[in-house]
Amino acid sequence: MIDQLNLTMVNWARAQFAMTAMYHWLFVPLTLGLSFLLAFFETLYVKTGKEEWKRITKFWMLLFAINFAIGVATGIILEFEFGTNWSNYSWMVGDIFGAPLAAEGIFAFFLEASFFAVMFFGWERVSKKTHLFSTWMVAIGTNLSALWILVANGWMQYPVGMNFNPDKARFEMVNFWEVLFSPVAISKFTHATSSSFQLASLFVIGVSAWFLLKKRHRDMAKKSIIVASVFGLLSSAFVIFTGDEAAYTNARVQPMKLAAFEGLYDGETNAGLVAAGIVNPQKKPGDDQAPFLFEVKVPGLLSLLANREPGSFVPGINDLVYGNREHNIMGVAEKIEKGKIAIELLRQYKDAKKENDMERADSALANFNKYKDYMGFGYLNSPEEAAPPVGLTFYSFHIMVILGTLFPLLFLLFLLFASKDTISGKTWLLRLGILGVPLAYIASQAGWIVAEVGRQPWTIQNLLPVSVARSNLTAGTVQTTFFLFLALFTILLIAEIRIMLKQIQIGPDFSGMPDNEI
Amino acid sequence: MFGKLDLMQLQQLWWIIVSIVGSLFLFLTFVQGGQTLLSSAARTDLEKSMIINSIGRKWELTFTTLVLFGGALFAAFPLFYATSFGGAYWVWIAILFTFVVQAVSFEYRKKPNNLLGPRTYEIFLFLNGSVGILLIGAAVGTFFTGSSFQLDDYNLVMWQHPLRGLEAAFNLFNVALGLFLVFLARSLGAMYLINNIDFRLDLMRNLEKRLRRAAFNNLIAGLPFLLFVLFKLVTMEGFTIDPDTGGVIMEAGKYLHNLLAMPLALGLLLIGLVLVVLGVLSCRYSRTNRSIWFGGLGTVLVGLAIFFTAGFNNTPFYPSSFDLNSSLSIYNASSSRYTLTAMSYIALAVPFVLAYIAYFWHLMDREKLSTGEVSDFTSKEIY
Ligand code: HDD
Ligand code: HEM
Ligand code: HEM
Repeated sequence: MIDQLNLTMVNWARAQFAMTAMYHWLFVPLTLGLSFLLAFFETLYVKTGKEEWKRITKFWMLLFAINFAIGVATGIILEFEFGTNWSNYSWMVGDIFGAPLAAEGIFAFFLEASFFAVMFFGWERVSKKTHLFSTWMVAIGTNLSALWILVANGWMQYPVGMNFNPDKARFEMVNFWEVLFSPVAISKFTHATSSSFQLASLFVIGVSAWFLLKKRHRDMAKKSIIVASVFGLLSSAFVIFTGDEAAYTNARVQPMKLAAFEGLYDGETNAGLVAAGIVNPQKKPGDDQAPFLFEVKVPGLLSLLANREPGSFVPGINDLVYGNREHNIMGVAEKIEKGKIAIELLRQYKDAKKENDMERADSALANFNKYKDYMGFGYLNSPEEAAPPVGLTFYSFHIMVILGTLFPLLFLLFLLFASKDTISGKTWLLRLGILGVPLAYIASQAGWIVAEVGRQPWTIQNLLPVSVARSNLTAGTVQTTFFLFLALFTILLIAEIRIMLKQIQIGPDFSGMPDNEI
Repeated sequence: MFGKLDLMQLQQLWWIIVSIVGSLFLFLTFVQGGQTLLSSAARTDLEKSMIINSIGRKWELTFTTLVLFGGALFAAFPLFYATSFGGAYWVWIAILFTFVVQAVSFEYRKKPNNLLGPRTYEIFLFLNGSVGILLIGAAVGTFFTGSSFQLDDYNLVMWQHPLRGLEAAFNLFNVALGLFLVFLARSLGAMYLINNIDFRLDLMRNLEKRLRRAAFNNLIAGLPFLLFVLFKLVTMEGFTIDPDTGGVIMEAGKYLHNLLAMPLALGLLLIGLVLVVLGVLSCRYSRTNRSIWFGGLGTVLVGLAIFFTAGFNNTPFYPSSFDLNSSLSIYNASSSRYTLTAMSYIALAVPFVLAYIAYFWHLMDREKLSTGEVSDFTSKEIY
């Protein structure tokens, strides 16, 4: 489809997407989780009638608003970036991919936008109940937007419910429900939201811990910690459960990704799980170097987790790239060959149709249909290209998982000491709580790196490699906008952090509270 | 219910939906208009605060409508989305830029420690309201004047102008449309502020007067551009789909023919313009604060007329002047029948969305924005 591959353009476009998405994702998880925490705080206010809870709600709400504004600012770029940098992609799968984006606008963004205004400015303008309702609607709205965009992203990882239309040379939706309820979409949605609840809980705990260390607003801090650690603890259970589910789904639909984030080159029955390790940076698929310089392995666990079956076979990168007869895995070389035939047949079909030679067109089409599943592979140049970068995915995955197992312990400690009211003296724990905030962001970003880098070289798994998805732009153009956005977002991020820290320093406003409540 | 519609009906339905969203966006640009009024209509800090807090409660709605406009085009007419965004690259990037900086400006402008200082955020708001709207107008103008691109066999766009979209801003018709929209937005902004702010205190009287005058003066300022656009529109050569061959050819007086062939569009245009003028006149010469509803409805109707003229009656809505047959129409740029049907069910939610927006708008704005509210220095919810 694209005659002259312009790889540098593609790489700049990838870098730009990664950069803008990661910026967006700096703000989104806090929005997703904090919106629910606001709803909890305000529910406590409405239930108990205590002015204090209202002040607590208002304090966190201000931080929410500061974060929300820049989340919105970074989101609009992504929405249009599919068109600007990935226009071939937009055309080829817009029939499927556009639908969830539009649904997101209709169902989610308007909920957020309208109820945010009520929540933020409506304290004196609407009744208590209506206000509470609005706060809940913001929480639901933000999480609905996560649902739709993750359905879209899930579809790119595991394209279902569609068919290739040879006349238009594009993919078309044939089953909306399959797209919506794809197992990948479900595991993505549940995992990304629950991990965001965790992140927001850690944020609230971190800020509260700082207040406790500074011996300010101790009452508010303790109350916030209790609510946040309960929420965080519950979310943690979900994170681990859904994370495991995500990996299990990967094993079935993206085995290459699984192999990459586990650093598994040669498939094994009874495969072990690498708990920690240092990957050998020289290692390439097909060579005989050791994959790890150092590793700690739990025997047999990977087989169990990936297939829910002890002693089962987990294919490695080499099996997937070069094929494995014993386990009935076709090698990429063969797929590339078939893919090239498919591309050629599609061209013949198009030519024949142009010349109105229906007979030839029909036979080309019939042949094409036999090979079409491999068409995407026809754009790869070598089998090794089908393997994603191992180091980055491996480390990201392991950092995420290690942090994901530590966070629940942190929540547990905070809950324990806060409910026994001895938390103020636990300086070490409070410090750890502050450290938890950056760690939460690291885990969250790492998760996306696993998901997205592990999917390379595909934009749509097995269908559309990144090199074909692109727009017809020069590398220089994309490079320019890359730096423009980088500069803009960085400035805005610095502004946001400064404003946020300042507002935390100023702290909540408890002036004029009734005496009996202080 | 939508399953019975054939592909062509669905394509038309979706052009209508897209037109409605686009037209609502034009109405909601009163936010952008208000942003540009900050520097001209407000004389004191208090007045500035009033304006910014008033539109600051609505900006998200405008922004989101723009996002939905993009999303709906993506879903319903993906080839347009791919062609225009991937092709007219720079003009869209420039527009996006002004919206990115807008989104943070309300929240960050007055906050302590905000890195750039209030003045910068005000400039951001001004840029969004002026350059942003101007370029959006210019981009819409290309629906009539065409762009220079070619699609290859696989529908990949090749843009033929080195400015990649920004050339739209050098075409008189496009610029005139853009400038008209800027002035219209200012006029709408003034009318909205008149409606939203409580002017009962003496110290607000001057602002009220200035805003009422601004509503009028900006319409007058925009008038020459409007007349030029209308004149050009009915006299220019337009793009048309030859019903016999399906190819695209040029036709003299095409858009006039469209208006005559679609009395609905003509009617919408005329009624819309009359409503806008009535709204502005009532704002200037009476004490009413409801002018925005006339001006707003009028804007929506004019918007619908523009979109209908661009897309219906065998007209390619995104024509290529470089290669006529690469032009995009609602028929060759759309999603499949299945997707359009599924999307139509999703769009059933739109009336509900509009209903709750209207209801909560009403709840929130029953009481006008008072000076007391924005000068409460203890409140953190003030922009
Ligand atoms: C606070 C953040 C956080 C934490 C602690 C975890 N995750 Fe996670 N993970 C994410 C945040 C995240 C994420 C950012 O939300 C991702 C990116 C894509 C997605 O759906 O969620 C993700 C993706 C992701 C993927 C890739 C899914 C795909 O490619 O489709 C796997 C396999 C896991 N996670 C597994 C886990 C496991 C086993 C964890 C153990 C406790 C874990 N995650 C903790
Ligand atoms: C490439 C993918 C994405 C696109 C195109 C996108 C687009 C957008 C847009 C346009 C907005 C502004 C909406 C408005 O008008 O208010 C936005 C905000 C938002 N998006 Fe994204 N987004 C993407 C990824 C994500 C992901 C992965 C999530 C969550 C899992 C998410 C959740 C949100 C939320 C909660 C908001 C509300 C504002 C905030 O961030 O604080 N988005 N997004
Ligand atoms: C918000 C969190 C996200 C982050 C941090 C993220 C990160 C990344 C990264 C690192 C890449 C580049 C991979 C590489 O080239 O090595 C990428 C590419 C991409 N991602 Fe994501 N992503 C996010 C969400 C999404 C979502 C929600 C979608 C779709 C709805 C999406 C769609 C894409 C596309 C189209 C590309 C470009 C093609 C490609 O390189 O595969 N991303 N993203």
